[in-house]
Amino acid sequence: MLRHRLSTLLAVIYAAALFGFIFLPVAVLVLFSFQDGRLPVPPFNGFSLQWYEAIFADRKLMAALLNSLIVATASSAVACLLGFMAAYGFARYKLPGSVLQRGLLIAPMTVSYLIIALGLLTVLNTLGIGLSLWTVGIGHVVINLPLCFAIIYSSMGDHHVNIERAARDLGASDWKVMLLVTAPMLMPSILASFFLSVTFSWDEFIIAFLLSRFNVTLPVEIWSLLRSGLNPKTNAIGSVVFLASIALLAILELTLFRKKNTP
Amino acid sequence: MTTLSLENADRRKAWGFVAPALVWTVAFFVVPFLFMAAMSLWSRQGREIVRAWNLDNYLRFFGENALLKGLSNSLEITLTVTVLSVLLAYPLAWIIAERVPKRFQRTALILAILPFWTSYVVRSYSWLLVLTKNGVINQALLGIGIISEPLEIASTRTATVIGFVHFFVMLLTLTIYANLVQLSPNYRRAAADLGANGLQTFWHVILPLTLPGIMTGAFLTFVLCIGDYITPQILGGNNELVLPQIIMLQIGRRADLPMASALSIVLMLAVTLAYALCARWLKIDRV
Repeated sequence: MLRHRLSTLLAVIYAAALFGFIFLPVAVLVLFSFQDGRLPVPPFNGFSLQWYEAIFADRKLMAALLNSLIVATASSAVACLLGFMAAYGFARYKLPGSVLQRGLLIAPMTVSYLIIALGLLTVLNTLGIGLSLWTVGIGHVVINLPLCFAIIYSSMGDHHVNIERAARDLGASDWKVMLLVTAPMLMPSILASFFLSVTFSWDEFIIAFLLSRFNVTLPVEIWSLLRSGLNPKTNAIGSVVFLASIALLAILELTLFRKKNTP
Repeated sequence: MTTLSLENADRRKAWGFVAPALVWTVAFFVVPFLFMAAMSLWSRQGREIVRAWNLDNYLRFFGENALLKGLSNSLEITLTVTVLSVLLAYPLAWIIAERVPKRFQRTALILAILPFWTSYVVRSYSWLLVLTKNGVINQALLGIGIISEPLEIASTRTATVIGFVHFFVMLLTLTIYANLVQLSPNYRRAAADLGANGLQTFWHVILPLTLPGIMTGAFLTFVLCIGDYITPQILGGNNELVLPQIIMLQIGRRADLPMASALSIVLMLAVTLAYALCARWLKIDRV
């Protein structure tokens, strides 16, 4: 009994220490976003919202935020659509060499983003194609397509086949079956892969940095803010992004994934 | 005859479904990658890229100390981070899986990975706030009187390692936890029936059963860590450059895409080697 209590005590101490480690930087980030002064380091001078006003007044930052939203949703939608179609094709038809082709689709997952970005950069450079949000989006589809394909493909069970067959017997065309029968059945995993892609694209730096020029995404704009050193403005935009992500996560948790968790 | 034509029609339809994804991957991943590999054999002369086809870039890499040091820095930091993260994350995952009541486990896990949702660039920046000369850690330690001079942690390898470990402890807690809760309680019961105590059960039963999960997480850590530019650039500064920093220098300041390509190939070989070393424990094909 004593031993059990001792090990529980140790467990509590360990967990508290690690949770402290995990939360320390975020707590400091958020706290000093309210700093009434020019430096986001102790001492904490007092509570002020001036840095939040500053970021919402910053045109470049807000433009970057919008760019990030556009690139994230558009590239995720494309990745999801391509991934879903491929998953449907591989799950429902026997194609020659399909193991190899599935391997090819998953392959970008095993390569560093830096290498994917540099590869695209060398080609674009040689062809003389200018860098823009389009090129960033193309890169983001490359990194998210394997993810979407893997998630949707793994959720395509054989039990769905009979329902699809029934729909076909009742006269639905292939595309109709896919859109009106298969897609709704797989909606949870399609949405999961979509939102996962959105968060990856939204947060991605190196591809966005190397493949954009004048119009940049939010992580790249924050990066250029960092060049001016420690600045409570960076704390403020960082806190806003953090709270927005948490809010999105909470909404997803409460709506989309609710059913799955209740046993 | 009819069946054959039906099969052909079916096959054509199937290609229609899979082709867009395959074409995208080939056009924007395979071709650029091969092009980059080819470019690593060219060289830059002045502002021009010359299609010379030789191994000069690779020979320069193995001949130049500064470049070779980048690789060894990368490997040292990545290995340190991987080992530290596994050692720190395993007990936490264990505590959440075994000691936290079932209905609170999900909450505990979500809390453990909450800072994931800060932006990646901002996460490194917030560690800079903590570790910098007049930052939280130094002011706290000075305040208590443990140190009399502020510690120089920012812009060192230690800062890079702390920033990385923070990220990967969260990631590994998640993967190891997923592994631990999958284990059937029957294993533990059987071990107890056969007379094993808690430690023996852990060492001989639980640990070997979770090893594939640990290795998968460790491999993921290795791949993400060795290819990362942000954390070493923000936290490590320019004192000890890692390979991705050197690659970015070639792209940016020197505009030497052939050399950057060659260094990327080296980076990829390092990852491939790591994969070969832990392949026997990995269960990536199950994903």
